[in-house]
Amino acid sequence: MHSFDYAAPDSVSAAVSLLAANPGARLLAGGTDLIVQMRAHRREPGLVVDAKRIPELSALTFDSGGGLTLGAAVACWRIYGDAQVRAVFPSLVEVASLIGGTAIQGRASIGGNLCNAAPSADATPLLIALGATCRVVGPAGERAIAAEDFCVAPGRNALADGELLVSIHIPAPRPGSGAHYLRFIPRNEMDIAVAGAGVSLTIADGVVTAARVALASVAPTPLLVPEAGQAIAGKPATEETFALAGEAAKAAAKPITDMRGTIEYRRHLCAVLTRRALTAAARQAQGVH
Amino acid sequence: MSSNVRVSTTVNGEPAEFLCEPRESLLECLRDKLNLTGAKEGCNDGNCGACTVEMDGRIVTSCLVLGVEAQGASIGTVEGLARGSALHPLQTAFLEQAALQCGICTPGFLVAAKALLDHEPDPSEDRIRFWLATTLGRCTGYDKIIRAVQQAAREMREVKA
Repeated sequence: MHSFDYAAPDSVSAAVSLLAANPGARLLAGGTDLIVQMRAHRREPGLVVDAKRIPELSALTFDSGGGLTLGAAVACWRIYGDAQVRAVFPSLVEVASLIGGTAIQGRASIGGNLCNAAPSADATPLLIALGATCRVVGPAGERAIAAEDFCVAPGRNALADGELLVSIHIPAPRPGSGAHYLRFIPRNEMDIAVAGAGVSLTIADGVVTAARVALASVAPTPLLVPEAGQAIAGKPATEETFALAGEAAKAAAKPITDMRGTIEYRRHLCAVLTRRALTAAARQAQGVH
Repeated sequence: MSSNVRVSTTVNGEPAEFLCEPRESLLECLRDKLNLTGAKEGCNDGNCGACTVEMDGRIVTSCLVLGVEAQGASIGTVEGLARGSALHPLQTAFLEQAALQCGICTPGFLVAAKALLDHEPDPSEDRIRFWLATTLGRCTGYDKIIRAVQQAAREMREVKA
């Protein structure tokens, strides 16, 4: 690995000052992407700023309204280790349990998964489906970025120089709502999604009132598909309805052919995964397990 | 050129100090500075689990931890499993079940399995397999490793009961 300096500030403002004064500096959360990239000489920052001694980046808190604020450096195990998260956001627990293996989940964070901006990131489609917003702080102050706008290209996020992701806010689930993420991989676990679908929906009296669908691994960035939600709003919460969302997802996907799968295969997967994820989310919304 | 940083940490319950450059991994620091060569370098990118150690109660791949991040942390390695000449029940079970051949993956499996049994004394076979999927091994085909963990879990529950 190249030689670099290391700093472990204990406040957001100190971290912003360090990042602003050292162009190209990188924030280190779990390191499961950054250290791999540095070892492969794909990134060679002169300064690595450790996020884990900054209280806000390591905090997992619920607000009085039931929304979750997830510090950008909170490791996956803390998400599935938290009883309240398990009760309120089971979909988030599922995602935290399928990123890497146990030892990776001991370090890797959802915030890091988002910032790494891989098209295949498992957590990001779910964050988009859940309507998450990202709290970003930089030299010019603070701003909020919708999860669907956070990734701008493969490996590139919306952060400007000197900015860092402090936390991700996920609003409290509405009554009668459910969410789910499904991916296809050719083995049982520890693999990169050939395609993935993160969904959320709300059901009232058997009718879908709102739905959000986002896809992994089928575009340069995780992809929100508004047409999929629109296709099923106002329709009965049935598998036939969810298949319509699947067709919309398939139409919106812009995949490439690579060693993991072909364009045709990935588009087909978008339809199947979206339909199945919505079916699972609907069961959750209606309290059927 | 960045200079050496002094790191104060706890390894297997004992205070430990070392000097390292920020670019050196915890794995390199354990092996080359503290002479704890139990954790192995396999892939060096977080896939194989041969370098697995415990850090503040969770297992991590020490090739993906910077040595400087160990400041103030509590690290557990395979060297901390036995009590003097008394092997940990997992180590005994691995021997009895022939759960190793070349042994390169064994420290990772032992540390990962210990962390599982510390959290969950009676895991299902499925649970053991998914938990240990974090570690790769080629000699045993995994079945003997799973049986060894099940045997150790049984024995540890009986001792507790």
